Amino acid sequence: MRPIAKFYTALLFLFLFAPILIMLVFSFNGGNSLSVLDGFSLYWYKELFHDEDTLGALGNTLILALCAALLSTLMGTAAAVGINKLRSKYMKAAMNTVTNLPMVNPEIITGISLMLMFVFFGRLIGMRTSLNFGTMLIAHITFCLPYVILQVLPKLRQMDPALPEAAMDLGCTPLRAFAKVELPEIFPGILTGLIMSFTLSLDDFVISYFTSGNGFETLPIRIYSMTKKTVTPKMYALATLIFFVILLLLLLTNLSDRSDKDRDDPRPPKRRRKKTHAPS
Amino acid sequence: MNKTLSQEKRRVLRADHLSLAPYTVWAVLFILVPLVFVAYYAFTDDNFAFTLENIQRFFVSTSTVFQEDGSSQEVRTYLLIFWRSLKLAIISTLVCLVLAYPLAYIMARAKPRTQKIFLTIIMIPMWMNFLIRTYAWMTILQDTGIFNNFLTLLHLPNIHIIGTEAAVVIGMVYDYIPYMILPLYSIMAKMDERLIEAARDLGCSSFGVLRRVIWPLSLPGVISGITMVLIPSVSTFYISQKLGDGKIMLIGDVIEGQYVANNLHFAAAISFVLMVLLLVCMAVMRKLAGRRVEGGL
Amino acid sequence: MKKKLTALALAAVLACSLCLTGCGGGGGDTLTLNVYNWGEYISDGSDGSLDTIEAFESWYQETYGQEVEVNYTTFASNEDMYAKLKSGAVSYDVIIPSDYMIARLAEEDMLLPLNFENIPNYQYIAEEFRGLYYDPDDQYSIPYTYGVVGIIYDANQVDEADVGSWDLMWNEKYAGKILQFNNSRDAFGTAMYKEGIDVNTTDKAQWDQALESLLEQRPLVKGYVMDEIFNAMESGEAAIGAYYAGDYFTMQEAQADTVDLQFYYPEPTNYFVDAMCIPSCCQNQELAEIFINYMLGEEAAIANAEYIWYASPNSIVYDNETYQADMGEEAMAILYPEGEDFATQYNQLAYRNLDNDMLDYMTTLWENLKIN
Repeated sequence: MRPIAKFYTALLFLFLFAPILIMLVFSFNGGNSLSVLDGFSLYWYKELFHDEDTLGALGNTLILALCAALLSTLMGTAAAVGINKLRSKYMKAAMNTVTNLPMVNPEIITGISLMLMFVFFGRLIGMRTSLNFGTMLIAHITFCLPYVILQVLPKLRQMDPALPEAAMDLGCTPLRAFAKVELPEIFPGILTGLIMSFTLSLDDFVISYFTSGNGFETLPIRIYSMTKKTVTPKMYALATLIFFVILLLLLLTNLSDRSDKDRDDPRPPKRRRKKTHAPS
Repeated sequence: MNKTLSQEKRRVLRADHLSLAPYTVWAVLFILVPLVFVAYYAFTDDNFAFTLENIQRFFVSTSTVFQEDGSSQEVRTYLLIFWRSLKLAIISTLVCLVLAYPLAYIMARAKPRTQKIFLTIIMIPMWMNFLIRTYAWMTILQDTGIFNNFLTLLHLPNIHIIGTEAAVVIGMVYDYIPYMILPLYSIMAKMDERLIEAARDLGCSSFGVLRRVIWPLSLPGVISGITMVLIPSVSTFYISQKLGDGKIMLIGDVIEGQYVANNLHFAAAISFVLMVLLLVCMAVMRKLAGRRVEGGL
Repeated sequence: MKKKLTALALAAVLACSLCLTGCGGGGGDTLTLNVYNWGEYISDGSDGSLDTIEAFESWYQETYGQEVEVNYTTFASNEDMYAKLKSGAVSYDVIIPSDYMIARLAEEDMLLPLNFENIPNYQYIAEEFRGLYYDPDDQYSIPYTYGVVGIIYDANQVDEADVGSWDLMWNEKYAGKILQFNNSRDAFGTAMYKEGIDVNTTDKAQWDQALESLLEQRPLVKGYVMDEIFNAMESGEAAIGAYYAGDYFTMQEAQADTVDLQFYYPEPTNYFVDAMCIPSCCQNQELAEIFINYMLGEEAAIANAEYIWYASPNSIVYDNETYQADMGEEAMAILYPEGEDFATQYNQLAYRNLDNDMLDYMTTLWENLKIN
């Protein structure tokens, strides 16, 4: 990289991480303000570990994101395979339009529309709590699906369609052919889709706000509810901890990657490069 | 032999349709039907009788706006708010594009390992919910905040940012720039480097290469990036509350305000109009950008 | 290898999240109680205080030999809570809304009458907090906290001579330093108290007059805020803001060295009560009543009052000497002003429920203010 490119990248990354830096600093605040520093202390971390409700909300957020990511990846991958093989031009166009809808639709509308529907059907069948974990999960899966499909579809298109056919000619069942031939080819796309939907689900507030209900509170809703009283540095401490956990996980994967590389790799380098083409 | 082959093919076809089935059901149930509900609520009153009143209200409601010199003016409330939201969203989108484009290019040309690291760096902030990151921006941007302290340190005059449209734009750019970088990067990573080299060899200047080769090839990424930043920017309601000091009301704030005021039908009507307007905008943009974009993200 | 590691990482996340949510609630006999309250509005065990919810859970198990799990969730505003409740898609056992919302819920048959036999601790609620307008027959609600809206100012930026009334918030000297509520009812309230208009008027012309007053104030306003007021006042970013009395102490505790926060009550001003109710979607009324009763008991009530910093209508709280000492003289004087007949003041000045037409009108006026 040229120096100017390096400088530019550094500047942008500074922009991206400026608020995280602030969180880091203020999470060690001795006082309870988010704008006035009052000495260094670990007080808020201590508080955080005693605060079961906040930790519970974090747990809920993670469970929701994980379920949403896994289910949307599963369904999205299957859908991409199906869409890729559609013969009819119109069917293809229709599927593409529907897939694009949640992305060109503001999330506030997705949230409101799902809420209206859940409430309506809840009343219809006389359910007491039609807004719950299930509805939030459905909502999250719905807005994650297009991202998964759009990650997997290009990988399928890059693949030679003759490959699975060849496998089947050699006696593979369709499912086996998919697992043995197609899956390894599109796996990078699936993985990116999985990570993306997990990230999107974690970051979402608006859709959760409208579709949340009984007894299942996620972190963003908890934070949003603090509008009468104030948000304390405890939340920053939580964010800082999340940050370091991610960093640790990333370092671990990176290290293992390196040891992978140290071993001699039977795969030709060209394919390796292809794998690193992340989202497309 | 022939017969079994065709049977085999039919089985394959069935398997393909089967793999599409759950998604089709899901899409109809949770993407299409809810939109029908928005329309249904938009066109009915509290007793679910058909009415155009809510839709009309969006277009005809007026308010009085006072100018700085004291004169007043009648304006269409919601149209003005929508226009303001659109304006801020377009500015944010353009800023995102200008900032993200070089970065995406740098990333796409970097070593594979670096590419991967950069991608992760861009995703990491999103793992901490945007509410809390927006909160931290308040600490940075306020008059007595980090940014102004920094300016004072350099003996520069302080700037009042928080509570202005600029602050809201900064918040939007910050929150949505990953959605611009990712599609741009993925399209650029696929770009054939030999095309650029060829253009150079044929005597194209750096700017010429950018304008004639790189830009047209990256257009699909640009379009999807614009979509993915513009849409959430238009409809946000948290950023304007926090960084706009509550002084800047966007269309998202109006929808949320009406929902909270229990005017579900009017909230649905605004959503419905917003949805239609945005779909038209997107369709026009895609058309203008040409066929190249087909199949883009 | 990479695949394995990704799987490992995911498994780790899953395991963490399972642990955090407490690995399921044990046997099938566990009772569940859904409590819906304001954010940060109950003692959560921070700083060595009592975690009242946990305390209730263990107390219940000891007393009744059955496990109970309190599902505690939070809302951002009365209206927020109403929207969820009204949708009919949620089921809560105990809610803690404000007075005017209680009146509205009662009017719409969304509350259950309480069985006071299960709530003997109601006896500690002071006489002045009974029979208030929103629940004249004391059927539906039990006061949790109460308070008065006051003005907080930074004595280092504001002249002592300008202090004393609502006019401070309209004083051009402090342009760009004034904070107004970002909540239509409270914001219109400040203008109406200033202009001497009844805050519950149904005369649209008077609401228009209040809007005019707010429009006049708008160029002076630094921001329309809720929780952001804490940051802005603590750092000296703003100099004047109206908020709930108890929150002043939270701000004062965290103020920067250059800031000297002071507080006063303008006349007339808003009185509010937040009270515990049982909504009609409640699934276990007796358990809900036991919970309410527990919250009125000495230990829990004091812990909550100290955590929230709002005044308590509970006599075993404000008569408690440890509590008085913990709060300090200044706080006691501000939170429990002497010689005032609360009930009369309250019934005169508190917000009442507005009908749908008026609410809609207020929302429209609010939008008009905001687009200027």
